[in-house]
Amino acid sequence: MNDTVSLDEFRAETRAWLQANCPPDMRQPMKSEADVCWGGRRFRFQSEAQRQWLQRMGERGWTVPTWPREYGGGGLTRAQAAVLREEMAALKCRVPLQSFGIWMLGPALLKYGSEEQKRQYLPPIARGEIRWCQGYSEPNAGSDLASLATRAEVDGDHFVVSGQKIWTSYADEADWIFCLVRTDTAKKHTGISFLLIDMDSPGVSTKPIRLISGKSPFCETFFDGVRVPMANLVGMLNDGWTVAKYLLQHEREMIGAIGERSTPRPVGRVALEAIGTDAQGRLDDPALRAEIARFEVDEAAFRAWMKMAGEQARTGEASPALSSALKYYGAELNKRRWELMMAAGGADALEWEGERSNEGAAARTWLRTKANSIEGGTSEVQLNVVAKRILGLPGV
Amino acid sequence: MSWVLDEQRRMLRDSAQAFLSERAPVSHLRALRDTADARGYSPALWRGFGEQGYAATLVPEDHGGLGLGVCEAGLIAEQIGHVLAPTPFFGTAVLAAWLLARAGSAAQQQAWLPRIAAGDAVLALAVDEGPKHRPAALQTRALRSGGGWRLDGAKVLVVDGHVADALIVAAQADDGVALLLVPAGTPGLVVERTVMVDAHNAARATLTGVQVGDDARLGPVAEGRARLDGVLDVGRAVIASELLGLADEVFERSVGYLLQRRQFDRLIGEFQALQHRAAELFCDLELARALVRQAQAALDAGSADAPRLVAQAKARAGLSANRAVQEGVQLHGGIGMTDELEIGFFMKRARVLQELLGDAGYLMDRAAVMAGY
Repeated sequence: MNDTVSLDEFRAETRAWLQANCPPDMRQPMKSEADVCWGGRRFRFQSEAQRQWLQRMGERGWTVPTWPREYGGGGLTRAQAAVLREEMAALKCRVPLQSFGIWMLGPALLKYGSEEQKRQYLPPIARGEIRWCQGYSEPNAGSDLASLATRAEVDGDHFVVSGQKIWTSYADEADWIFCLVRTDTAKKHTGISFLLIDMDSPGVSTKPIRLISGKSPFCETFFDGVRVPMANLVGMLNDGWTVAKYLLQHEREMIGAIGERSTPRPVGRVALEAIGTDAQGRLDDPALRAEIARFEVDEAAFRAWMKMAGEQARTGEASPALSSALKYYGAELNKRRWELMMAAGGADALEWEGERSNEGAAARTWLRTKANSIEGGTSEVQLNVVAKRILGLPGV
Repeated sequence: MSWVLDEQRRMLRDSAQAFLSERAPVSHLRALRDTADARGYSPALWRGFGEQGYAATLVPEDHGGLGLGVCEAGLIAEQIGHVLAPTPFFGTAVLAAWLLARAGSAAQQQAWLPRIAAGDAVLALAVDEGPKHRPAALQTRALRSGGGWRLDGAKVLVVDGHVADALIVAAQADDGVALLLVPAGTPGLVVERTVMVDAHNAARATLTGVQVGDDARLGPVAEGRARLDGVLDVGRAVIASELLGLADEVFERSVGYLLQRRQFDRLIGEFQALQHRAAELFCDLELARALVRQAQAALDAGSADAPRLVAQAKARAGLSANRAVQEGVQLHGGIGMTDELEIGFFMKRARVLQELLGDAGYLMDRAAVMAGY
């Protein structure tokens, strides 16, 4: 009973604070990826409102509501964090900060980091001062990630890192990178360590990769004899795979966050505006209409499934591998969404440049989604995981 | 809403599972089929539903029922789906009980609800008139005549029609939809059993100058359309649960087979081609489960988006179940085609349940209209 009362109080306080502190511009739906606040030393705020919103939320620790207060978090319970999310959604507040630090590194540090590492690295993530990128994949280590070859050799109280990472998201805009490196060449999974590297270190260089969307959100990142203090090792030497696996599980929250971040415009509505209706008031393209209706069933089902999975995780009913199933389906669904968005948009959606098309936003997003089923573990790898870890089917 | 079953619902599910697997495994349906049982269901089993309280789920407490909701009815239907038990649960304890509880007169409620709760009466809702479910355009006519009603028309896919004590006939009146209770044996009513692919009960009914009193009417004619829409949504949501239970059962049996059948000196479950199909099917079932639960909770909460969610949920459950039974036969190989293996029973039942009260195409069209496109 007390919990309920205090939760109601918390809701009222939260609402009042959000109303007073969230700038009106930050209550408008994000129009594109460009509206996302990533933070970091190199980040250029789009507006004063965006800067203010990050600062206010960061000071309160509400960029990372459930992290402990001593590490820059909000110290909220899960129930309070849920209330905060609901109130933010009700007021249409934008998420103040998105980052790989929040989604991935933070949870891993909270579990495996030393006290000193937590105090050093977590608060700047919470305040959006340091932006992290992820160094996992290599040219010859994609789905088979554990075959990675970037070497880290011990030299006194330093590691010396040499090698190449690929598909490092926003490496050219990030301040630090968390990396998987090989510290024992005789073993596969048990010869990998988890290392934090300052991107300003001598010997680090990045090169953007131009994608089919025309954009370059990913880089190649090169390490040429980069000296990294031993203190930057997270977890035990040669035990980085444990940290990496834990961190991959936390991508589940990221996938969940995608669902909660904003409800995308219904495809049916988009098609209606572009194509118009027939005499019965139905979308004037029966085949497309049927496909959209089918898609919207699956989209509604996926949203419900994410909520159900969240509750199953809380009550301990969910297999840890459930995140693989959600990742697989969410990725395929988003690809379907953008195939339909292109069909709905017709010729308008084909424009690549210019203001009318918001610089080809539709076409570029459509192309971007093709990576959904590759990044973070391909759809095929996710299905392997579901088959073995959830269904108990045999094999490697 | 709660996505995970609470203690009370868990107990209901476990009770229904234990009762049904003991009293009505698939062999029960097989026996009724193979003996060409005239009734097509077991009155003893139906009374068992009364004793267990399942038949009373939607019956209000002041009529000897439990006054529970669609969520609970769905849990029972899910377990029925696991064993394909042919009982009057759907037509009587779900459709008729829901309509009587909301639209019935005091006399009608008194006459029928306690008997439904006891598993003692069988009622049948007659809506469909052609091969496809099109409840918006009823051809059966109800004309006011001599202080009562005269009914003319023909109905198909009347679940339990030939064993029902009375039919609830949906008919077009001049000023709305009339829902009329027509007792079996009323002159002008001819009911013909249609033996179905799934060995479950259905009938055709023709009404020629059928005369009933005004006391046969369930609620005002002006509200008939809304009542009909309401009961159809409840029915769809419960069918969705039966589809889900059926699909879960087939999936479990199929994965079990992958872990048992050896070819090329290995378990066929080691082949990635089959693993991926099983994993995709797992996703399909969870999607259906989540949407069905959401739709049923929305119905019970009386929320405005319930009709759209129900349409989507039954469509999704039908598509998932369809995939489950197709894969069920294929993954079992040649033995999957035999009548001896029970997989075929599930495939046949899934086909009927998909059609009943609207297939995926109809329901997705309905959802699209409600979404404004």
